[in-house]
Amino acid sequence: MNAGMLAVVVIVCYLALLLGLGVFSSRFFKGTSADYFLASRGIGPFLLLMSLFGTTMTAFALVGSSGESFKSGIGVYGKMASWSGIIHSACFFLVGIKLWSLGKRHGYVTQIQFFRDRFESDKIGLVLFPILVGLVVPYLLIGVISSGTVIQNVTAGAFPATFHYEAARLNGSVPYWLGAGVICLVVLFYVFFGGVRGTAWANAFQTIVFIVLGAVAFFAIAGELGGPVEATKLVQEYNPAKLKCTATAADRANYEEKLAAYEADQQAAIIKPQEPKSIDDLAFLMYFLIPLSVGMFPHLFQHWLTARSAKSFRLSVIAHPLMIMIVWVPCVMIGVWATSAIAHGKPVIPPNLGNPNAVLAIMVKKLTSPALGGFLTAGILAAIMSSLDSQFLCIGSIFTNDIVGHYITHEKLSDRQMVLIGRGFVVLIVAVTYFIAVQWKTTGVFPLAIWCFSGFASLFPLVFASLYWRRVTKAGAYACVLTAAAMWLYLFAQSDFGANREYLFLGMLPVTTIIALSTLALVGVSLMTSPPSPETLDKFFRPAGGRGAATASIASGALSDA
Amino acid sequence: MKYLFYGLIVLLAVVHQDFWWWDRAEPLVFGFIPISLAYQAGVSIAAACLWAAAVKYCWPEGADVDQEPVASDATSGGAA
Repeated sequence: MNAGMLAVVVIVCYLALLLGLGVFSSRFFKGTSADYFLASRGIGPFLLLMSLFGTTMTAFALVGSSGESFKSGIGVYGKMASWSGIIHSACFFLVGIKLWSLGKRHGYVTQIQFFRDRFESDKIGLVLFPILVGLVVPYLLIGVISSGTVIQNVTAGAFPATFHYEAARLNGSVPYWLGAGVICLVVLFYVFFGGVRGTAWANAFQTIVFIVLGAVAFFAIAGELGGPVEATKLVQEYNPAKLKCTATAADRANYEEKLAAYEADQQAAIIKPQEPKSIDDLAFLMYFLIPLSVGMFPHLFQHWLTARSAKSFRLSVIAHPLMIMIVWVPCVMIGVWATSAIAHGKPVIPPNLGNPNAVLAIMVKKLTSPALGGFLTAGILAAIMSSLDSQFLCIGSIFTNDIVGHYITHEKLSDRQMVLIGRGFVVLIVAVTYFIAVQWKTTGVFPLAIWCFSGFASLFPLVFASLYWRRVTKAGAYACVLTAAAMWLYLFAQSDFGANREYLFLGMLPVTTIIALSTLALVGVSLMTSPPSPETLDKFFRPAGGRGAATASIASGALSDA
Repeated sequence: MKYLFYGLIVLLAVVHQDFWWWDRAEPLVFGFIPISLAYQAGVSIAAACLWAAAVKYCWPEGADVDQEPVASDATSGGAA
């Protein structure tokens, strides 16, 4: 059995295991919409930690981080990971716990339900709906594109008689469309049958898998390169700027010298050096705005609401930064090592590699045993799927609860029909995402993620103000959302729709301007308009457990928690 | 206590900007991790410690909701 075929066997076994988990979790399904969308609000601390971490650590954490450090060096950790450790936990602590509390008190399932009530506006749901769905879809694409790319790269040589490619290194590999399609179907299966409980279980399992296998990959790859010290020494020789955030004049001189040597004799020089890059210090600082997106992710909102109690959040708040570190540091080092890795006298990564997302898969394939390569691929797919599942489910939830359930009242729909509709929307969104991913398979994961995260982060002032500022008004909320949407669209177009990866506006990340303006609109318009009604303020700002003048009314046909 | 904690978070955000060793890789921690990357990993550990302190000393008052959920206004939407 060749290496590609072995990888296929391991991947198939892993996916079969997930299908089994889907079947098993479906046995605990109570048949109600509350159980399908919120696991009857019964998720404990460990499962919550695994769900939140597995959901926030997408393919981007493994495939994107290694690809970006391959291109730009170690600075990607400070820009993305350590900021995320600080800000994600802040969002869990300051936003998640409060939303959980309000969600449990008033029976919310989706963000839009919360915003409709908080801003006393039905139509804000119609404004938010296309924006949230429109931002989740590119997020989904990150996972689907990455899974297809990874499977294609690691299964090269598996079916040489069946699949042919222009690039010889891919010959015989499982096609992108097939790999991405199978992943979509597997995720669809356990989301369809298990709902959010199946998703939480699968996330916990997959998070453990990708952390353990990520560590194994790190040591296996390092071992093949002569140990981590030797691997770093190669980088010091060929691409020393990758080990720094700022390239010096000496790094540029070294680059010119190595490039000239490479162009003179490629066989002798072995590694084609990469042009040194420096991190912009203002951009490095402003990257803290990107992880604010976590406060507005609809799929995280849904996971927050599954918590058994507020205390369930404690473990997530504390352990999340550490888990980010455990996953990111090895991936960043693997990406940096890939710039200068040599095996059997040849570069491990082909020169002029067009797709940096493929770096991790190529390193795993070329530097580990075929069996380990297969397992490590399963780990990468685990990271990808542990995000995809929550996103698919949350879109189904938004459609079902905010559109169908909202406009076709519960009197006309049984709880079982609500579940059926939710499942139907999940199938629809999986199909749409898959077809887009097949069309856009060369889209870079990193810019897609940055623009997607920027969009959600731009709406962070809305959720934060809704929880902490009594004076924020309906008009202020509309102004915030519309300003964020308009600015995002304008700047996205200015960046050639994400194609310009280095795009800055006024010398800063676009998200900086969008958040500044959306906050300005929120505050300015709120102060110019009438404050919310005392009933609404009482409902959202009275202490939990207290009974204000206007206790929450019980709407007929509300979500059943039976 | 709450304000001390917020102050420490702001301080962590400030020291996150570790420009003082952006132009060098050495010393290599454990012989292979560039100093800036090791420092940023330390920032992650410091963040975990700070959030642990927040959970212990600044836990949001009244966060726990003991009663069963009051069904929902969720599907009724707002007024406008």
